[in-house]
Amino acid sequence: MTALLEVSNLARTYDVRRGRWPFARLATLHAVDGVSFELPAGRTLGLVGESGCGKTTTAKLVLGLLPASGGEVRVGGEALPAAHSPHWRALRRRMQMVYQDPLGALDRRLSVGRQVMEPLVIHGAGSTAERRDKALAMLDAVGLAQHHFDRFPHELSGGQRQRIVLARALILDPQLLVCDEPISALDVSIQAQVVNLLLALQQKLGLAYLFISHDLRMVRQVSHEVAVMYLGRIVEQGDPDRLFATPAHPYTQALVSAIPTHGRARKRRIVLPGEPPNPVDRPAGCAFHPRCPHAVERCRIETPALRLLADGRRAACHLAEQIA
Amino acid sequence: MRALHGIDLEVRRGEALGLVGESGCGKSVTWLAALGLLGGRARIGGEVLLEGRNLAGAPVAELERVRGRRIAMIFQDPSSSLNPVHRIGRQLGEALRLHRGLEGTALEAEAQRLLDRVGIADGKRRLGDYPHELSGGMNQRVMIAMALAGQPDLLIADEPTTALDATIQAQILELLAEIRRETRMAMVLISHDLGVVAENTDRVCVMYAGRIVEDAPIDTVFEAPAHPYTRGLLAALPELEGPRRMLVPIAGVVPEPANLPPGCSFAPRCDRRIEACGHAPPPATELAPQHRVACIRA
Repeated sequence: MTALLEVSNLARTYDVRRGRWPFARLATLHAVDGVSFELPAGRTLGLVGESGCGKTTTAKLVLGLLPASGGEVRVGGEALPAAHSPHWRALRRRMQMVYQDPLGALDRRLSVGRQVMEPLVIHGAGSTAERRDKALAMLDAVGLAQHHFDRFPHELSGGQRQRIVLARALILDPQLLVCDEPISALDVSIQAQVVNLLLALQQKLGLAYLFISHDLRMVRQVSHEVAVMYLGRIVEQGDPDRLFATPAHPYTQALVSAIPTHGRARKRRIVLPGEPPNPVDRPAGCAFHPRCPHAVERCRIETPALRLLADGRRAACHLAEQIA
Repeated sequence: MRALHGIDLEVRRGEALGLVGESGCGKSVTWLAALGLLGGRARIGGEVLLEGRNLAGAPVAELERVRGRRIAMIFQDPSSSLNPVHRIGRQLGEALRLHRGLEGTALEAEAQRLLDRVGIADGKRRLGDYPHELSGGMNQRVMIAMALAGQPDLLIADEPTTALDATIQAQILELLAEIRRETRMAMVLISHDLGVVAENTDRVCVMYAGRIVEDAPIDTVFEAPAHPYTRGLLAALPELEGPRRMLVPIAGVVPEPANLPPGCSFAPRCDRRIEACGHAPPPATELAPQHRVACIRA
């Protein structure tokens, strides 16, 4: 069986100037550098990492919103067609995106109903009455009432707005939803509401999610598989329970230990020195080595490949076996 | 519109107090009000006592001797708290001149010492940088250095790490803990993240809709939360270990400050409400020593 989404060796580079002068030397920034993963229908892949690690760029590449510099994205076995071609538009019905800030994603001048129906209008689906019925059904599916149809975004709370964004994304019956920090802008008590809704919709509609977040606990809550990114590459990938309980890559170890929790006395927090380097100045060898407490000579020279470990997960670290 | 409805809290010398709540609950306004930073349109009632002296309604001159010196504040977004058109050195120097009366080489030396203290290497060169030349984490270190310039007795840290990445958040929290161990400075840590508060404070006040609903030592809050809102917050958080369980969200939404329900503000969302909850706001009662809760069902 082919996976719904197959990403192989995906890359995206930008040419940037070093320094502020117009004649400054050009350099290449590797925003995403050889990312591969598969996402079967009805499953969730969590993508975690710090800002600038390439999570959002990966999401945009997957949907074809950005052209890739290398590698391939296949949806349902077929390669992603060129962006904005009729074929791509048809395919985009099956893949939708949900952003972090629902108010920014909604048009404040349009009523909720018109926005939820808009994808149907764009794709020329159904009659006016059918669109309205479908939109009302969608509002019901995301836990909103009929009377929300004629409201405007500013009249609703943050959680309700994110439900509208979801209703609009789901109205074309997509198979894949790319969620870029879908709950980060919401309050704690509302986050749980939206996460439970996402899980219920997945059960009911068989949706696949590419779930991007910096909140590791929420990622564990929703994901079937997790990939950790650092400077444009996946450094560890595997089952969420195992990955968060016994992280194999030193970066994942630090990331997990940085999550503040009550009663941590048992465990020591790993405080990494320094900050993620500028992707333009990607360190040679393993990009993580300048901050890694375990780095040896080999890490400075040889870039570790993402490889299969004995317990079935993957990690890009020369020393994964020794430091586990 | 009433943002706060009678906040009673006490910070002891050297103590770390956490203030937890969702957006709009009044966590930040409490401290802005206490320091007289809310501007002319705000009306503030009550007392703010700093070692017995009332700051509420105190003359500006007196407040200015307190702000930045006795009580310093750092904010969520360091890059917008710093002035983008002035070098770091000038902004840090301003604080040292104002609060400590330093000038010339003494000022420069102290500025460098402070940058070194907050973990910024090569302080001399960094003093000549503009905020945009530093990362978010570095800018927050500069903010902390500025807050330390007045050698304050109390630091109000308003979501100091919310805008930062996880590994940088760990660095900044570690730095604050280190400074507190050295200087015995008291700290109020305002955060929406119960985990951050749990690891870095001794006691926590949970706020909801402009009131403190529970005030207890950290362990009590996690092991025996008494207020239904506190319980709800804990149940809505996923765990990082152990079996995955279905999250239990708190139903409904936070009421708007201009449109609070009569009686207990949390009653409409509360699964333990009884009729009496709608009559009057519940008073804070002492369940156990150091454990206050504002709920008639607790």
